[in-house]
Amino acid sequence: MSNIEERVKKIVAEQLGVKEDIATDASFVDDLGADSLDTVELVMALEEEFECEIPDDEAEKITTVQQAIDYVEKNAQ
Amino acid sequence: MTKQVALVTGASRGIGRAIAERLVEDGFFVVGTATSDNGADSISAYLGENGKGLKLDVANPESIAEVVKTVSDEYGAPTVLVNNAGITRDNLLMRMKDDEWDEIINTNLTSVFRMSKAVLRGMMKAKTGRIINISSVVGATGNAGQANYAAAKAGMIGFAKSMAKEVGSRNITINTVAPGFIDTDMTKELGDDIKNSLLASIPLARLGEAREIAHAVSFLASEGAAYITGETIHVNGGMFMP
Repeated sequence: MSNIEERVKKIVAEQLGVKEDIATDASFVDDLGADSLDTVELVMALEEEFECEIPDDEAEKITTVQQAIDYVEKNAQ
Repeated sequence: MTKQVALVTGASRGIGRAIAERLVEDGFFVVGTATSDNGADSISAYLGENGKGLKLDVANPESIAEVVKTVSDEYGAPTVLVNNAGITRDNLLMRMKDDEWDEIINTNLTSVFRMSKAVLRGMMKAKTGRIINISSVVGATGNAGQANYAAAKAGMIGFAKSMAKEVGSRNITINTVAPGFIDTDMTKELGDDIKNSLLASIPLARLGEAREIAHAVSFLASEGAAYITGETIHVNGGMFMP
């Protein structure tokens, strides 16, 4: 059973087509080359992996790997 | 192989019904919607085992969410959406009430935004999708007494072009079919003198048939149209050539 950080990084890697060896402070857009539609898809993938619904105004605040991990830890399992 | 699911709004009669029937011929499982239970039942009846009729009010966001969820859960996420449902509330601008304007914009244009957004998630996941809006020649030419309808129909075209740019990278296309003067219940309401003067302006000198709109929709939903997006196809017998 992998922990949340590993699961988040795995999804980021899959969605953005980067290696799983990602820094937790990496920004999706600035460091990982995501465009705005990629970030929307990424949030969709996180919702499915962690079986939660991320409201649009919360989703907009998730711009780095760490922020995604924090959100999931706080709101899902 | 399971069939792809096509969702057609306003499918109980006229152009919507012709589209639903044509997409069945193309091998889709077709979900058609109508505003009443009776309408939904009649769609289920004519589609038989190839589809299902559901009640949907395209002006109601909750109704849209419910129907898209039902379709996705029971038949699979739609890979084709045909935004066909529409109404008219014709009046001269000088006499047009706010609610005549709002109702048309809400039912004919806002519905396109809401429906398209609702199916987009499934299409993004599937990395394929075709959205086809049924606009009108009036959206391109304007028409006295139809400022509301023409504005909504023109709005669909701008919406489609914008969405085409946003989601093209995900292999999702969005196109528009703009019918001219088609023989349906909606055009039967027109008076004879209007009808005759309209006919005089159509080079092919006849009304179009609903089925002739359905052929264009069928093409846009097909593999052959994979590289077409943000486009408007006018099917109007030559009455307007952009």
